[in-house]
Amino acid sequence: MTTEAPARTWPRDIYDVFKQVGIEQIAYVPDAGHAQLIRDCEADNAMNVVSLTTEEEGVAMLAGGWLGGKRGALLMQSSGVGNCINMLSVVMESRFPLLMIVTMRGEWGEFNPWQLPMGQSTGKVLEDIGVYVQRAERPDEVRDVVHAAAQMTFSSNRPIAVLLGQRLIGFKDWSK
Amino acid sequence: MMERRQGTMDRREVVASMIKGRGDALIVTGLGSTCYDFGTEDHPNTFYLWGGMGAAAMLGLGLALAQPARRVVVVTGDGEMLMGFGAFATIGAKAPKNLSLVVIDNEHYSETGMQPTHTRRGIDLEGVAKACNFPSAETVYTEAELAKSVSEIFGGTELLFRDIKVNTKRYPMSLRLRDGAHIKNRFRENLLGSKAFD
Repeated sequence: MTTEAPARTWPRDIYDVFKQVGIEQIAYVPDAGHAQLIRDCEADNAMNVVSLTTEEEGVAMLAGGWLGGKRGALLMQSSGVGNCINMLSVVMESRFPLLMIVTMRGEWGEFNPWQLPMGQSTGKVLEDIGVYVQRAERPDEVRDVVHAAAQMTFSSNRPIAVLLGQRLIGFKDWSK
Repeated sequence: MMERRQGTMDRREVVASMIKGRGDALIVTGLGSTCYDFGTEDHPNTFYLWGGMGAAAMLGLGLALAQPARRVVVVTGDGEMLMGFGAFATIGAKAPKNLSLVVIDNEHYSETGMQPTHTRRGIDLEGVAKACNFPSAETVYTEAELAKSVSEIFGGTELLFRDIKVNTKRYPMSLRLRDGAHIKNRFRENLLGSKAFD
């Protein structure tokens, strides 16, 4: 078992895609897997970066941003998806675009059993409310998956969640 | 214990004075009565939320950040605001200067049987806003205070909160427009012109 992931380049790939497609608002609840991307966005004066108290705030915020003509992205861990479900009815009914970038927990060698219920349900509950779900499992595919999702959400006015597999984040050895 | 002061103003009169003072402000209304109140005089610069309880304040934040040259005014009810309570902190931390957050506070959930909300039980939203770094936060009880607040809400140059206390009188749903995609597209086209469909 490989326990240490190599130096991550995919968070920078996501940032590069954000710049390429004109993302100017970032709403987030932090996750270790998003730490580098959040730092890159915070360092960019052209981006309005907003730290949330709970993930559903970001669903509403980015709807407002789109009303005002700005593209945004919502960063969160899979546990935050459950917090968003009713708020997604705003997006569904009004056909707002929404790009959610979700780092997964509770699926690949998870050491914390409390992460499993939401982690194992993340894709299913998103699909149930009507969000299109796409996944990236390998570092070298993250850029393309995020880019394709961004193009699709902003040209269709439909919400898309990109789930970043826990395997990307790496295996945390909890045996000792 | 001192008797708490009750709201005596009529919500439709309060909103009528806001509509008169709205100018070119972009308005977001929260689900329930504030949507119906603003529906008495429909306007393409109003985004009506018929759902997503707790969304109004944060939707206003996103709009204010996207349109820094325009005044953005969120008008919602006390129950809706309480569901999005964290937004006080998120907005206060970001502190956009062009956002006014207004609660039309009848201290009850009027849609669901007039159950009292926390504001009825002494929870003070003005105090919450002040604790969350809103540079201007006041509770409004009288017509004179309202007149002053309306000009500040629409003409202000800083982040502002007003808790406008009203009585519990209920009114009909004076808003026929329900289709969310239509409300959104109309708002964007009016604001962004041809860029709305880029």
